Amino acid sequence: MVAVLPSSGQTFQQGGGRRGRRITPYLLLLPGMAWLAVFFLIPLFSLAQTSLMQMRGASPDQGFVNAFNVANYTNSMQQFMAQYLRSFWYSGLATIFALLISYPLAYFIAFKSGRWKNLLLVLVVAPFFASFLIRTYAWRTILADDGWITTTISHLGLLPDNRILATPIAVVAGLTYNFLPFMTLPLYASLDRIDPRLIEAASDLYAKAFTGFRKVTFPLSLPGVVAGTLLTFIPAAGDYINAQLLGALQNKMIGNVIQSEFIDIRDYPTAAALSFVLLATILILVTVYVRRSGTEELL
Amino acid sequence: MTPMPEDPRIRQLVSMLSRRRVLQYGLIGGAGALVAACGGGIGGASTSPSASASGAPTAKDMSSTEKIMNWSNWPLYIDVGPNKSHPSLDAFKKATGITVNYTEDYNDNNEFYAKVHPQLQAGQPIGRDLITATDWMAHIWIANGYAELLDLANIPNHKNIGKSWQNVSFDPGRKYSMPWQSGSTGIGWNRAELKRLTGKTELRTLDELWDPRLKGRVTILSEMNDSMGLMLMAMGKRADKFTDADFSAAIAEYQKYVNNGQIRGITGNDYATSMASGTVVAAVAWSGDMLSDTKTYGYSIPESGGMLWTDNMLIPPLAAHKTNAEKWMDFYYQPEIAAMVAAYVKYISPVAGAQEAMKKVDPTQVNNPAIFPDAATLAKLQVFMPLTDIQRTNYQKQFQALSGA
Repeated sequence: MVAVLPSSGQTFQQGGGRRGRRITPYLLLLPGMAWLAVFFLIPLFSLAQTSLMQMRGASPDQGFVNAFNVANYTNSMQQFMAQYLRSFWYSGLATIFALLISYPLAYFIAFKSGRWKNLLLVLVVAPFFASFLIRTYAWRTILADDGWITTTISHLGLLPDNRILATPIAVVAGLTYNFLPFMTLPLYASLDRIDPRLIEAASDLYAKAFTGFRKVTFPLSLPGVVAGTLLTFIPAAGDYINAQLLGALQNKMIGNVIQSEFIDIRDYPTAAALSFVLLATILILVTVYVRRSGTEELL
Repeated sequence: MTPMPEDPRIRQLVSMLSRRRVLQYGLIGGAGALVAACGGGIGGASTSPSASASGAPTAKDMSSTEKIMNWSNWPLYIDVGPNKSHPSLDAFKKATGITVNYTEDYNDNNEFYAKVHPQLQAGQPIGRDLITATDWMAHIWIANGYAELLDLANIPNHKNIGKSWQNVSFDPGRKYSMPWQSGSTGIGWNRAELKRLTGKTELRTLDELWDPRLKGRVTILSEMNDSMGLMLMAMGKRADKFTDADFSAAIAEYQKYVNNGQIRGITGNDYATSMASGTVVAAVAWSGDMLSDTKTYGYSIPESGGMLWTDNMLIPPLAAHKTNAEKWMDFYYQPEIAAMVAAYVKYISPVAGAQEAMKKVDPTQVNNPAIFPDAATLAKLQVFMPLTDIQRTNYQKQFQALSGA
């Protein structure tokens, strides 16, 4: 927007040019807006419409009719409240663990890695070279009940069922692992941007290393923390692959329910209503979070 | 007329353009139609269900000009030769000049149906000339008018359909479908792990899966008919004729073992890899998976009975190469070709005379009970009761609740 603002001392005689400049940002926005309209707004509208439909008969095979059937929302929420709450619980835990792992990692890459920086960044992104699904499948082999990791930990008496797979631990660990790069990269970006002279100044003013971190480095890295937690939490809350492949039947998340309502039962209105509630909840949580963390820089 | 592109959605768009309908729709309408054509119109409320029980709308058959046939089949379900070739399909090409575009994208009955359902409901072609659906799913396709009537003049070998497969409830006289392979559902186990944990060398009843020593090491199949059928029979009911109360009782029985942690998961094809690693020790399992490696796995039909299922070839509505698909069915129903495929995939062959032909194809497989089960084995197998739409929805909901989603 800065470019559009007139600088002082300029005269505004060339009206045509100015109007042209005023339109330019909108023209630049057009492809993006068109994309959003066709691939986001229309499907979203269609989803909202579907979520209020009613079955024509007693089975989905007879199709659905447009209605204003709000009961889809109340019934599905009543039925699947456990999975719904579990999704936020698991994804919240995964976000916290990802932050605890990523922060030291990003800090190390940004400040201490020297000439290894680029290599380390490539290593952070490297898991993306293999498919999400294959990586999650690989964890089934790594954490197999008779594998050395599981047997070692259970010999220490830390596992009540002598297994990791088919427990909430496996699901949260899978979510944490799969979304870790989404946390690390924004953290790295904001840590790397910090002017080292500020930290130097802190120590010149007799701040101990930790005080310097608490008062200077951490506050300056907050935009990265906010971006990273959002990029981890949002996809994790809707994920169903980790719960499906690593969890037990008691660990299913709302994504699993939506998938099975869409694919196995073909009850589109229920599935759409659940998707919509998930969407709305995430939107509200994110708005509150961004407002409270006060990082306008991000938006 | 210019040749039409193969993708049905693009076809739809092209025909829309040529009819100058875009002007009529206006920009937004056009975009909406685009989304609908891309499968976005999931509600199906605005689309009139063109399908009726009387039969599917037929398309112009391009079999004579385009020597191809598009087939969606289950993974690992046909013979494989050197360089990932399929000898049976190669032989077909040699005999008829028709190339089969063989795609292994049929992974799950529900999933595949959900994927193409919007197009089927809107009366659009799905870009495939042949699909392979399990009995109950074939029933849904045929009952909803989503299958083309077979032209038996193109399939003289139709007479070779094995006796047990000729008259099925969902397609009496096999007018719409022909069996591809059959198999049974029973109990499978990892030999080494079962021995280590329980000292047993085999499992003979479903009850043995609930042995406390196997806690958390047992899975059942996500294919509802298979898992529920086995439980119904273990409870002294029939899988081919039961009531709503029987079904709910069987669900409650499974629920007990889900709640106490005995059942670890409800899975599709992937139980076999978990069993190979020893994580899963015993499972409700499919015959072909277990019998393909008898050193690692054991397999038995429970004393109370096992399930018999068949995957059926059928032609979706508006298939562009219907005659070619029929020619393939005819070709496959030669006993030698059927024996060739069966010797590789080790599932039950539904083609009469295949056992005789196997003597020439692979003499070691002639008496393999996995491919040619004896009368005593067949007597223990039942085919799941055909369900109405309403029953299926009701049962599927109960079964999904069991799986926690």
